[in-house]
Amino acid sequence: MLPVGRKAPDADGAPMSFLALDGLTKAYGEHLAVDAISLAVARGEFVSLLGPSGCGKTTTLQMIAGFVEPTAGAVTMNGRDLLAIPAAKRGLGIVFQNYALFPHMTVAENVAFGLEMRGVARAERTQRVGEVLALVGLAGLFERHPAQLSGGQQQRVALARALVIRPDLLLLDEPLSNLDAKLREEMQVELRRIQRAVGITTLMVTHDQAEALALSDRVVVMQAGRIEQDAEPLTAYEHPATGFVCDFLGKANLFIIEALAADGVATVGPLSIALPPGLAKAARTGDRLLVRPEKIAFGTQGAAALPAKVAARVFQGNHWLYQLDSALGPTLVIRQNDGGPCPAEGAQVYLTWRPDDMRAVPAAAANAAS
Amino acid sequence: MRTTRAAPYWLCLPALGVYALFLAAPIVSIALISFRHFEFYGGIQPGFTLENYAQVVTDSYYWEVFGRTFAIAVAVTLLCAVLGTFEAIVLHRMQGRWKSLFLLIVLGPLLISVVVRTLGWALLFGSTGLINRALLATGLFAEPIQFMYSNLGVVIALTHVLVPFVVISVWASLQRVDPAVERAAVALGAGAATIVRRIVVPLAMPGILSGSVIVFALAASAFATPAIIGGRRLKVIATAAYDEFLNTLNWPLGASLAVVLLVANVLVLVTSNRLIERRYRAVFAESAA
Repeated sequence: MLPVGRKAPDADGAPMSFLALDGLTKAYGEHLAVDAISLAVARGEFVSLLGPSGCGKTTTLQMIAGFVEPTAGAVTMNGRDLLAIPAAKRGLGIVFQNYALFPHMTVAENVAFGLEMRGVARAERTQRVGEVLALVGLAGLFERHPAQLSGGQQQRVALARALVIRPDLLLLDEPLSNLDAKLREEMQVELRRIQRAVGITTLMVTHDQAEALALSDRVVVMQAGRIEQDAEPLTAYEHPATGFVCDFLGKANLFIIEALAADGVATVGPLSIALPPGLAKAARTGDRLLVRPEKIAFGTQGAAALPAKVAARVFQGNHWLYQLDSALGPTLVIRQNDGGPCPAEGAQVYLTWRPDDMRAVPAAAANAAS
Repeated sequence: MRTTRAAPYWLCLPALGVYALFLAAPIVSIALISFRHFEFYGGIQPGFTLENYAQVVTDSYYWEVFGRTFAIAVAVTLLCAVLGTFEAIVLHRMQGRWKSLFLLIVLGPLLISVVVRTLGWALLFGSTGLINRALLATGLFAEPIQFMYSNLGVVIALTHVLVPFVVISVWASLQRVDPAVERAAVALGAGAATIVRRIVVPLAMPGILSGSVIVFALAASAFATPAIIGGRRLKVIATAAYDEFLNTLNWPLGASLAVVLLVANVLVLVTSNRLIERRYRAVFAESAA
């Protein structure tokens, strides 16, 4: 699971990293908040640090920003040692969780502040503030104070203020967590559009897996100060490296492989499942078999079908969430609300899934997650 | 419905009673006395007259007293605003144990009687007091500075007595500021001095202003400190009113002085509050969301 920078075409085709963390560590007494993490981010890439609270993602961001002094390790950006530069001189664009706008300044003054600090002349300042506010869709609100703006508008001002200084790196700290669900989806699209338009290298910290999957070129899942997996969103979701990742990204059913015969037939509770050759090679007895709830269908009785009883059925608009009792324990199934059969609570059903939709997750890691 | 709507008013009665008895009644009686005629051999006479107010407004002696009172109050307010803001910002930057210790040191004097604190200053201020001895020892001063019975001494002592009010109110303002705001300024390239000047002081300004209003009101109506440090000659309105009441026994004149002071103070308070509110309405407006 060594972190590998996404391969950007270089002169000799070697991976080129723009931002590199090398063995970055932060200890608070005995407690390792960040435990020797290494990460490479290519120019223009959008990378998310994803994990539950206390996993070290925010501390990592603050070490890059210069607000927290690392215990060990190095951060280089564009070949320069970032840790040798004081926070005020790093020139990074940062969007804070609560936006941290200057409440006593107007929108235009907020955005212009970074340019003023850089000694940009007034005429150019006005022009650049106008450009960036147009980019984030806030033209016409220059003279408002932050308290007179909605949450989404404040978010846009924060983004404009970070971008106007034309930073090499944009750091986003839980940028959408204070918005309501509908606005958050809108802002996800906006954030991605603006990041693409500017082409800026971006590192986002979030605990929201949907946000990370939707926005990032790559997600870095963290747990207890370490990197659990560093992969593209689809890969991390479809091929979780550890039990923690498969639990944290989406919902998961994990079944114990009680025995695995040489011909690749696994005994899982009452079922005998013929594993695809690749999976049979990778799996071990005692591993967990991962089947995502949306990959399970209601089928007909048969040797490969898992009998189950519907314990509860939750309607979620575009889909149903089923909680079922089967011989393998509680099982989750998600079915699209596509007009297909939707068995009622108490009904007997038979669950089927395609062999290719199964993954093996190492037992130790699966235990660690629970 | 009737009972529930009336209930809040009934529940307010005890507090209203306390205010009526202990605040409104004395002020109203002072106001009433100020309209009575005073006879040197006959005491307070019945009837209604504006002669006391006429005397306060026309007598240049009282002009001087009013002038001194407000000059002292303005000087004390400015000093307290500057010192108190500085103290509060330093305190705000401190960490953990040091913060609590120094907060206690700054606010501790509020626990001691104003009279005791002022007498302490009187000891320090004397021509052979600690301060003058130290100043003479430096060799920079040929003779002792006149602190006692001088405006300078009154201003210094009053500033010491009143500065905690600015510290408390600026402190409260700073507590409300999101710490990330300062970080945001750092990330945008601001140095420490710029952050204080452009971010911290403007955000503390409502606290600085409201603390200053309190200090001004208290300094203008202060009695103990001007009485002890200023003495009998250097009169402010409060000590002048006191002398009319207890030395000349001219209650109506003393009462009219007190009423004029009260009205002037209320005017300053209300106007400055209105100005502050108007200035900061946009900053602290409800979110438009």
